[in-house]
Amino acid sequence: MHEMGIASSVLDAVRAESLRFPNGHVYKVGLRIGALAGVDPEAVSFCFDAVVRDSGLEPLALEIEYRARQHVCVACGQAFAAQDENTACPACGAGNALFVGGDELEIAYLEVEDGAAAARA
Amino acid sequence: MERLPLERKVLNENDRIAAGLRERFAEHGVLCLNFISSPGSGKTSLLERTLESFDTNERVAVLTGDIQTENDANRLARSGFPVKQITTGGTCHLDARMIERGLSGWNLEDIDLLLIENVGNLVCPSSYDLGEAAKIVVLSVTEGEDKPLKYPSIFFKSQLLVLNKVDLLPYVPFDIAAAESNARQIHREMEIVRVSCQTREGLQDWLDWLERQRAKPRAVASAG
Repeated sequence: MHEMGIASSVLDAVRAESLRFPNGHVYKVGLRIGALAGVDPEAVSFCFDAVVRDSGLEPLALEIEYRARQHVCVACGQAFAAQDENTACPACGAGNALFVGGDELEIAYLEVEDGAAAARA
Repeated sequence: MERLPLERKVLNENDRIAAGLRERFAEHGVLCLNFISSPGSGKTSLLERTLESFDTNERVAVLTGDIQTENDANRLARSGFPVKQITTGGTCHLDARMIERGLSGWNLEDIDLLLIENVGNLVCPSSYDLGEAAKIVVLSVTEGEDKPLKYPSIFFKSQLLVLNKVDLLPYVPFDIAAAESNARQIHREMEIVRVSCQTREGLQDWLDWLERQRAKPRAVASAG
């Protein structure tokens, strides 16, 4: 259970980024979590609600974009997202496709209130 | 309102410290390995056997993480090599800052091989880079052969899978071929050794693997 630490890190990042928008307010943060990140999106949401309270950054919403494992078939070149542990190519059936994405744990975007654009460097 | 792309890693503070550690390891020619497994898979036993195999003049050091107690450090210190316990006090993984603190008082000039035993946990340690050259995941045959599928993140990020306690195979319904196939389904380049820390079966395969990593130029090892 390290999702509390993850949620706190997201909040710290928003706090740091907020300094770039002295006239605006960050009201939403988009978090991208890959299937192989080893992080539970629901637990992060739960923890985020707890850490954002009385943080001085409210109102601030968390939006999670979950990313399935991304593969490319070595036999036919088909790119596909694996929905479970099965990595067989949906096009040609070949196994053991190359892993190309889905281990992300990153802040994808911020949504900032009007007035922020002027303050942006 | 405006949406601004950021693409900032959540754990960038940990990653920054880990990058600093990796640079220091490279500078001093230290090979750092991060051992991860469930509680009770035999990380400490594997380290005990590993330390026993070294001449006393080998420049090896160990950092071992647990939530509570100094038990593992006491076990490993019998080897005579420098061993330090990192007690996390509740945290379920080691992070790069703990390693940085754990290294204080040690001169990296005097260390060629740094073995880090993470907190017993297959989930959280996989998110935290410690500056290691490679992660090693230990799975024992008294666990389920589907663990690589249940905990894909750590199997994906580990270079080597150590299948431990193979002396118990006759007594447990563990399908070792299925375990290996599951691991390779998650990580197709996974290297695998089968060992028993009790009978010492297969230990030489593990020590050979370790020797190959030590023989690699450090810059290459740290990039991998």
